[in-house]
Formats: sequence, C-alpha cells, structure tokens
Amino acid sequence: MLYQDTVESEVLVHKPWFIAAVFAVVLAVFMLFNLTGTTFGEFMRPVIGDPEQSGLYGRFAIAFMITVVFCLNVVFIAFAPLKVQVGIVWLELLLLFLAFFDSFNLSLPFISENLPYLITQGVVTTIYVSAISLVFASMIAIIAAVAKLSSNGFAYAIASFYTSFFRGLPLLMQIYLIYLGLPQLGIIMDAVPSGILALSLCVGAYMTEIFRAGIQSIDRGQWEASRSMGFGFGLTMRRIILPQALPVIIPPMGNMFISMLKDSSLVSVLGVWELTFLARTIGQPTFHHMEMLITAAIIYWIMSACLEVAQSRLERHFARSKVR
Amino acid sequence: MSVNNLSQLNGLTGNTPLHAVSAHHAPVTSISESLGQMSAEKIIEATNVSKWYGSFRVLTEINLTVRKGERIVICGPSGSGKSTLIRCFNRLEAHQQGDIIVNGIRLHDKMRNVTDVRKNVGMVFQHFNLFPHMTVLMNCMAAPMWIKGVSEAEARKTAMRFLERVRIPEQANKYPAQLSGGQQQRVAIARSLCMEPAVMLFDEPTSALDPEMVSEVLETMTSLARDGMTMVCVTHEMGFARAVADRVIFMDSGKIVEEGAPNDFFTNPQHARTKLFLSQILSH
Repeated sequence: MLYQDTVESEVLVHKPWFIAAVFAVVLAVFMLFNLTGTTFGEFMRPVIGDPEQSGLYGRFAIAFMITVVFCLNVVFIAFAPLKVQVGIVWLELLLLFLAFFDSFNLSLPFISENLPYLITQGVVTTIYVSAISLVFASMIAIIAAVAKLSSNGFAYAIASFYTSFFRGLPLLMQIYLIYLGLPQLGIIMDAVPSGILALSLCVGAYMTEIFRAGIQSIDRGQWEASRSMGFGFGLTMRRIILPQALPVIIPPMGNMFISMLKDSSLVSVLGVWELTFLARTIGQPTFHHMEMLITAAIIYWIMSACLEVAQSRLERHFARSKVR
Repeated sequence: MSVNNLSQLNGLTGNTPLHAVSAHHAPVTSISESLGQMSAEKIIEATNVSKWYGSFRVLTEINLTVRKGERIVICGPSGSGKSTLIRCFNRLEAHQQGDIIVNGIRLHDKMRNVTDVRKNVGMVFQHFNLFPHMTVLMNCMAAPMWIKGVSEAEARKTAMRFLERVRIPEQANKYPAQLSGGQQQRVAIARSLCMEPAVMLFDEPTSALDPEMVSEVLETMTSLARDGMTMVCVTHEMGFARAVADRVIFMDSGKIVEEGAPNDFFTNPQHARTKLFLSQILSH
C-alpha cells in the first residue's frame, strides 16, 4: 500500500458526488462519438428505432446506456475484495482489447496456419538472441560497473566512454554500424552474431548504470566490516556486496530484460528470422499484415508477462532476509 | 615503551605505575596482572602516530602500547580522534606519520597483505555492520571459512561455541534484522571472536543501542575481559571503564591528554580538559 494508515479510507467510487462526476464525464465523452452505425446502434434498435434515422436522440440513448453500464460496473467492483477487483478489471480490459482486435476482421485460419512456424522459428530465434545477449550484457555490465567505481584512471575512462557512447547512439544505428562497419576492418560476422553483439553492448551500457547504482546503495559499513575481517575486494564484492545489491537492482533489471526482449526485434533489419521479421514477411505477400502483426504483438506480450512473473518471484525470494 | 614513560611524554605527573595501582580495582583480575604488566608481549605499539584529513590534523603524535591481556578504554569528546585512532590499528584508516606495529607486523602505505593483520584484530562497530543477507550463524562462519580456510563443520562448531559465549545460540538461524540491537551487537562480537583474534577493538559498541540493551552488551564485554581478552574500547560507558579497564585514556583534539588507572583517572583527574569532560559526562 502506498500510504499506510490505520484509519479506514472511504471508498471513492461510493461517494455520490464522485459517481455523478464520472457519469457526466463518461456521458460527455461518448456523446462526442456517433455510435449509431455500430453494433451498439443495432443493440438499441428496440428503443431508438432505426439507428440511421435516430439522430441526436439515438446518439444520446447509446451514450446513456454505455455510461450506466460503466458506472454500475465501477460501483459494484468497489465492493469486491482487492484480489477479485484486480482480476475483474484485468479480465474486462483484456476483453476490450480482444474486441478491439476483433474489429479488424482478422482471418483466424491464416493465423492458425502460420502460428506454428512463427513460434518454432520466430519465437525461438527471438529468445535465443535475447537470452545470449542478456548473459553477455550482464557480464559486460558488472565489469564496467566495477571499473566505473574504481580509482584506476584507465578503467574508469574506458568504462565511462563505453557507457556514454553506447547509451548515446540509437540501437538501430549500432546494429547497422556493427553489421556494415566491422567488415570494413576485415571482421565479417553473420547477422545473428552481429545482432547479439550490438544488443549486448547497448543493453550492457544501460545495465552498467544499474549495477553501479546497486553497488553504491550498499551501506559503507558493509565494506568496513568486510575489510576489518580481512576480506579482499573480490571476496567482499562476490559474497557481501553483490548479494545485497541484487534485490535493489532486480526491478530495474526486469525493466531492462523486458525492453531488451522487444528491442531484439530491431535485428530484423539484418534479416535475422526472428519474430518481427517473420511476422512482416509472412503477412506481406497476402496482405494479411494485421493478422501477423497482432499475433506477434500478443506473443511478445506473453513473453514479457513471463518475465514479469519471474521478476516478482525473484523479488519475493530476496525479501526473505528483510523479514521482521 | 612503558606506561610510565608514556605519561611523562604527555607531560603528566602524579601517575603511579600501573602494576602498583591495579590492586585498587578488584572486580576483574587479568592475566596481564598475574604475569606482570611490563613483561607481557606487546600486541599494538603506536609511536608518534599522526594523521591528517586534507589539511586538518586528526591525530597528533599518539603514543600508545597495548600489551597482551590489557584492557584499555579510550574516551573523549566527539571529534577527538578516538575512533580514528583505533581504526588505524587494523588499517581501516591510514596514518601518515609515525609507526604502528600490530602483532609484530608494521602497518605502512606500501603493505601488500593487510589480511595477516586483520585476521588477528577483531573489530566491533557502533552500527554492528552484520551482513543482513546471511543468517547469524553464517555471519559467524564466513570469515573462518573464507579467510582461514577452516572446514564448514569446524567453522559451524566454532561459531556455535562463540554464540553460546554471547548467550544467543538459539538465534543462530535467524537473520540479523530479526534480532534486537543488543542481540545484533552480541552477534557482531561473536563474529569477531570466531577468528580468535589477538586483540578486540570496540568502536562505541553501545552508543547506537537502546538504554536497556546497553547492559547486555557491556556484560558480554566484561566477561570477555574476565577471560583475559586484550581489548581496546572506545566508549562513553564510564561504569564499564571503572570496572574493567586497566588504563583509561582521554583524548581531545587528536591528542592523548591524560591516561591512567581508572581509579586515579576518575577520582583525581589532572588536566582541566579531563575534569570538564568528566563533570559533563558524570553529572547526569
């Protein structure tokens, strides 16, 4: 809870003035749209007659019905316990989204026909590229973070130049530079390794700052206690500082992982057969763009959701030593 | 360098040699007394130690010898350099002038392996500094296992022995955050003892504690003293100093102003600054 207090707060959506205000706003918003030509109009036919002919009255009647349903929904949900509330709202938003996608008149057979290939080739490549980049990025980040905190001039200079450069360039540019630029030096790499290299370097630069902040967030006393017992730098870092920094850096790292999963779509410009590339190339010849894009979008979302779950599990695991 | 010489160095008169005074305070008898103060081995020897933070001089020509089995209490107003001094003894801080020899090893700028010193010098901090991500038991096992290379079973045995010594073996599998301040400080003491150090440094071990927890920590320290542990304590607990210390050292502005046996120190302070400090600290 954000603001914990022992005083029970009143439920906002059970206050008459608030409901009235919400009602007015929602009604006004839906009055702006002419929904007489949609399914809503057909649904209201018994009341307003032919939707096409109903004019302002029809418009008002539809907006009024929607508003009533909306307000009742809000008021009733507020009675439920927290977990039920969260579940219902999630479900409702999900249904709205599906309805939105459904309105594109997608060809479901086309989707189900291409889905297996999208997963076996696209998803696998995407996960492969991001997972390997993730490992490399983490290794780069931890070294660069230590270098940035060290008193060694060379190490600091190299690390800060690295983070500045790779955070400062658009990822797409980096991918092109590595794929097209390195061959000029005689280093020729395939599309997948160059994509992985570009992703690792870029994400590593961001992670460097996360690690640095995590290490610095640990109390100086921990370093002193370690030194006073004779622990050297490596031992202190490995056994004392990093294990304590981990819980601090997990939320921003979760962010990083998720955004990296999606940024891996940028390597599609190199012709890597990952999710986005396949979605585009399969959809294009038959003009089924939306089918493939929406399917890919949902797959990305599911993968991110898995990462979110993993993140919250990890957070709970590390909350162990904080029990009181 | 004997205690007597030290007093003369600091321009003090009227101090009797320690071995003559020690009969006055009966509560604790130490090994050092039975062996005779002057012959005991020197654990810490600081000669003419000076230290600067930038241009600010924190320590000025400190001379101090700690012999095996001796209990020394350092007191003084805040900012007098007493914490800095004992932090120099395990080289958490570097001194710029003079010599510090700990357990036969000279501390200096160019030293490569400070671990040899630190594993023989235990330190207890004001804010405990336990490792919050490890259980109490693991806190105590870590240093023996990682530094001394002791086996896990043996480290566990040692840890439990010292946790019993500080009377909290039942908390061994809890995390530090689950313990009270007094318990945490006792774990910190046990953690240092597990390395079986030659000397224990206490840096204001009770000043972050609630009043009713001070006594449990002081009792632990007193019983350590009774067992003959060599101790250097920075503390404002004058009752503890009176009962346990062989010598009380008063510091002000980075200098040792006065030192002596607790009885002399408290009943007959020589220096005006000492008198003022004692009157302030004892008046409430």
